[in-house]
Amino acid sequence: MSIISIENIRYTWPRSDSPALDISGLWVEQGETVFLRGASGSGKSTLLGLLAGTLTVQSGTLKILDTELISLSPRERDSFRANNIGIVFQQFNLIPFLTVEGNLRLAGRFSGEPRRDFRSKSEDLLKALNLDLGLLQRRADTLSVGQQQRVAIARALINDPELLLADEPTSALDADTRDTFMSLLMSVRDASDCTMIFASHDRSLMKYFDTEIELSEFNRAQEGKASRV
Amino acid sequence: MFEVALSSLWSRRGSVLLTVASLSISMVIVIGVEHIRAQAESSFVRTISNVDLLVGARTSQINLLLYSVFRIGNATNNIRWESYEDIATRSEVSWSIPLSLGDSHQGYRVLGTNLQYFEHFRYGDSQELQFSEGEPFSDVLHAVLGSEVANSLGYELGRELILSHGIGNTSFVNHENLPFTVSGILAPTGTPVDRTIHVSLQGIEAIHLGWQNGAQVAALGLEPGDQRLEDLQPTQITAMLLGLETPMAVFGLQRAINNYPREPLTAILPAVALGELWQIIGTLEGLLSIISILVLTASLLGLSTMLLSSLRERSRELALYRAIGARPSFILLIIELEALSLTVISVFMSYLLVVAGLALTQSWLSENFALVIEVWPTASSIWLYIGGAIAASAALSLIPASIAYSRSLGHVLRSA
Repeated sequence: MSIISIENIRYTWPRSDSPALDISGLWVEQGETVFLRGASGSGKSTLLGLLAGTLTVQSGTLKILDTELISLSPRERDSFRANNIGIVFQQFNLIPFLTVEGNLRLAGRFSGEPRRDFRSKSEDLLKALNLDLGLLQRRADTLSVGQQQRVAIARALINDPELLLADEPTSALDADTRDTFMSLLMSVRDASDCTMIFASHDRSLMKYFDTEIELSEFNRAQEGKASRV
Repeated sequence: MFEVALSSLWSRRGSVLLTVASLSISMVIVIGVEHIRAQAESSFVRTISNVDLLVGARTSQINLLLYSVFRIGNATNNIRWESYEDIATRSEVSWSIPLSLGDSHQGYRVLGTNLQYFEHFRYGDSQELQFSEGEPFSDVLHAVLGSEVANSLGYELGRELILSHGIGNTSFVNHENLPFTVSGILAPTGTPVDRTIHVSLQGIEAIHLGWQNGAQVAALGLEPGDQRLEDLQPTQITAMLLGLETPMAVFGLQRAINNYPREPLTAILPAVALGELWQIIGTLEGLLSIISILVLTASLLGLSTMLLSSLRERSRELALYRAIGARPSFILLIIELEALSLTVISVFMSYLLVVAGLALTQSWLSENFALVIEVWPTASSIWLYIGGAIAASAALSLIPASIAYSRSLGHVLRSA
């Protein structure tokens, strides 16, 4: 079953006359790990925004878990995102003035139904990510960048999402922490068996993934741009 | 959510504390001005109570109130003693207090009256006059001092004093032949009673024997202890206070006195006249209230400005809430909640500051200015102002909150 199915979608930014994204078809299977490669400006962020539901397509169909996102009300989309999609950014993943626990709890809160086993779930995640449980009471901005990125994975997975979106999560890390981060990310991903889209331009990370998508091959909007140049 | 708002404020505590300080100071002004206004009004309205009618020679009701109750200005005319006796013995009248004004001592007004005064005069919530020392006058040449008179002149029981003719402490005409002796000192009341020297009507009569048109025309050689003093009868008084058997009779008697055939008199209801007088003074207070509201508005705008300028540094934080599933309304609410928390904190701070300030200055105010001010502001108008401030902060912070809201509507997932 395809967890993501995209057909003939098109997205144009406000105040722009040419589309940033124009994809005729793209499918991702449940449990698949996808390496989404694309240079900056290739429409990567636009695609992730559409998948997360913070942007909506202007034409075509984009289904996640068989749900057409555009058919949901904005409110339902937000709650769909909270429940089904975990997101890890390049940096600034945590609310700096809250504790690690506060950050995890906040993510649980937006799902509408905070989990009863919140404590054991968050402790399990931290352990799996090789983080000391004492960090729970530390303010997020006192953590090292490497720790913050790992807490971000825990935050993204706390609601057991079906889909994990990662947008260049390693680009702020140095080579050593990046490898640790990647292996920890892959091991908790394996344990939860969620689908993952991992956007990066770092080809050396490709080895961790089942599938590779080169966005410029799918995005007709970029072709147009290239031909015009 | 509350936790998020408070932690967020704490993380920006520098600018937040300055905003709280500015809000607190303006709330201190609002609460302080309103409290003192309400207290002044209530102590003003409380200067006299349980008096059904106040009667004087024909004049305006405010003028009558000013000279007879507040001892400000002078009577234009007097009431003949026969008229007083006639009215005081009417069947509707339960008790009467004659008042005779016109002399002074060291700038303090001298009030000639009788013992009924100490029995029937009421102020505040029907409070009686209390003696802190001594007792009512029992001799023609006894005087009872208001608390402020005794305090500021340093007079004690048994002290002798010479009254001056007319008012003002620079009077050249003194009633030197007949000194009065202090027989009692009243407890503080927070009313003009504190600034009054009370003597008997015979005492007033005695010092004016041989006087005509404000000048001494004959020396009678009266001295304290003279038997003739005891036989004196007052010939005129300035005003009278009446208590009636039944309040129903007030308007009938008022009409009867206003149409008194033997001399032109005015009878007024003190509470009505006090209210009317207060309205005149109230204009000034309206101005003070407007100023304090403007100061508060400026601070609330400062609060909005602070929140608005924080949006830039918080853009990632706000985008992150959305990314992890927050609705745009969460963003709106969190900014509103921050504004409200700051306002509520400021309200508490300012209230405590006002209470602390008054607790520290209360005795000083009452000793030096005869201002009796309660420490705890409880006037209903104060709660209205506090509610208004909170509502206004919610309304004004809608500006930054709705800007954050609309920005977060189309928020992209930004990774940097």
